[in-house]
Amino acid sequence: MSVIAKDYNGFIAVLKRDCATCRLIEPAILELTRATQLQVHSQDDPSFPESVADVIDERELELSYRLDIEVVPTLIRVHDGKEAARLTGWQRDEWRQLTNLPALGANLPEFSPGCGSKSVEPGMPERLAFKFGETQLQARRVEVASQQDKYEQMYERGWSDGLPVVPPTEQRVLKMLAGTTRSPAEIIGVVPPDNVPCTIEKVAINAVMAGCKPEYLPVVLAAVEAACLDEFCMHGVLATTYFSGPIVIVNGPIAEKIGMNWGHNVLGQGNRANSTIGRALQLVIRNVGGGRPGGVDRATLGQPGKVGFCFAERERDSYWESLAVERGFSVDESTATLFAGGGVHPSGDQKSRRPESLTRSLALTLRTVRHGKIYGATDALLVVSPENMRVFRDAGWSKARFRHALDAALTVEGHDVIAGADGVDEGMPAHLAQKRLSKFRPGGLLIVHAGGGAGMWSAVITGWAGSGPKGSVPVTVAIKS
Amino acid sequence: MSSLLDPTSELQPVRRDALPRPRSLSDKRVALLDISKPRGDVFLDHLEARLGEMGVDSRRYSKPTFTRVAPVDLKHQIVSECDVVIEALAD
Repeated sequence: MSVIAKDYNGFIAVLKRDCATCRLIEPAILELTRATQLQVHSQDDPSFPESVADVIDERELELSYRLDIEVVPTLIRVHDGKEAARLTGWQRDEWRQLTNLPALGANLPEFSPGCGSKSVEPGMPERLAFKFGETQLQARRVEVASQQDKYEQMYERGWSDGLPVVPPTEQRVLKMLAGTTRSPAEIIGVVPPDNVPCTIEKVAINAVMAGCKPEYLPVVLAAVEAACLDEFCMHGVLATTYFSGPIVIVNGPIAEKIGMNWGHNVLGQGNRANSTIGRALQLVIRNVGGGRPGGVDRATLGQPGKVGFCFAERERDSYWESLAVERGFSVDESTATLFAGGGVHPSGDQKSRRPESLTRSLALTLRTVRHGKIYGATDALLVVSPENMRVFRDAGWSKARFRHALDAALTVEGHDVIAGADGVDEGMPAHLAQKRLSKFRPGGLLIVHAGGGAGMWSAVITGWAGSGPKGSVPVTVAIKS
Repeated sequence: MSSLLDPTSELQPVRRDALPRPRSLSDKRVALLDISKPRGDVFLDHLEARLGEMGVDSRRYSKPTFTRVAPVDLKHQIVSECDVVIEALAD
């Protein structure tokens, strides 16, 4: 929508009294009104400039919003209703050239910088976008009386995971949506368990509540898209009595760009992006999908990562190719991988300095995933710390070689793990007694490098009991801007 | 007054109460649904035998996998063929 009449030929000046340069150039503005066709728009005071008649009240800032005014003074030359040229701040020679008035501002200095437009003050672009923009938010409005506490209201409505959530006001949601170029109305997936088509706007609302910054939104969107893929089987991951929840592993340049943590305490608290991206995904599942503990979420015990679990791989000084590269993406691509994971189990070996020893040592912990006598049924995510990776780097072991050695260390004789063996009724079916069994199905062990520089710890994160094509398989999607 | 954007699906489903439990199984056909979890079949074997002793007609069904909701076709088949469902969750 144009704010300039189609047949207008002349100039538009946008000023504000609060700007020293705008006040300085008042004589030049007056000269222009006499010598040319000029509209003067004042952003903060329609009585300014006093010497100029018919100043247009621009306090609503619609023209400033529609013409993308960032600086005052701005002078725009208009030809047949269309912008032909623009100057910002006071540059005497350029103003003279644009207006064809060689003596314009004869008593003014050659140059004086402008000030910020009122339309770009903090929070204003979002308010103006909502007021004048074509983007209209579709979500239902929930009114909260002035005497009511918004935070308590949100708890009472069941919108929270138990922790306080940020009130999703129109202004905040619009600001969040500025984090993506995608349309708020785009449906990015059908969210289980209620199988509800989910718009980007709904994701943005929940991202606000989780505490995300707008620049995190593309990662949240990718995580939601991944969770809605049939092969991830979010419905089952949620409905199970097991411990699982979606874990988001971020690869690629976006991790550094948005300030994610891949170092100290990488699986813990303290980093805003890590903490809020995973939480936003879980809030989408809770609020849009209707998945709530005690409802479709039937976890017997659950685990604290179900509030949200997201971290980045430590790629910069890694000796191995990243998880995303292993899964077919390039190092320049940003991706989100979803893994249906349970809790974190430490693997602490303080003595192994040989790759052969450390591999077998890590295998000891990996064998306990889900249960020490269940093989081939439950995936795992192995987080190798820098100090552990150093052992493989010093020995020149590639990731492929490590995987090969690990597979061997994770293969056992069936008779050792069949039901009843070792006095334990749980275990593999008796007909597998003469087979050699692998702990993980092909593709069922993810390996990433992350953590602080000191500490000979690695971590094993158990997958869902229902891992594999009939249940959940890890999925990786590209993060779009 | 302030205004918040609703983060939910905005579905306001009309609550649908479950049908009353039948007082008797006479003249009713019972669906025995195995969700494909271990030992669900053992439980249903016993139920099938007991129902047979009571003279109650029953039919066996199973979901392809416990991880997903039952396919629409299976649900339709059960509704078409039976009056009552007993599901073995096996957990």
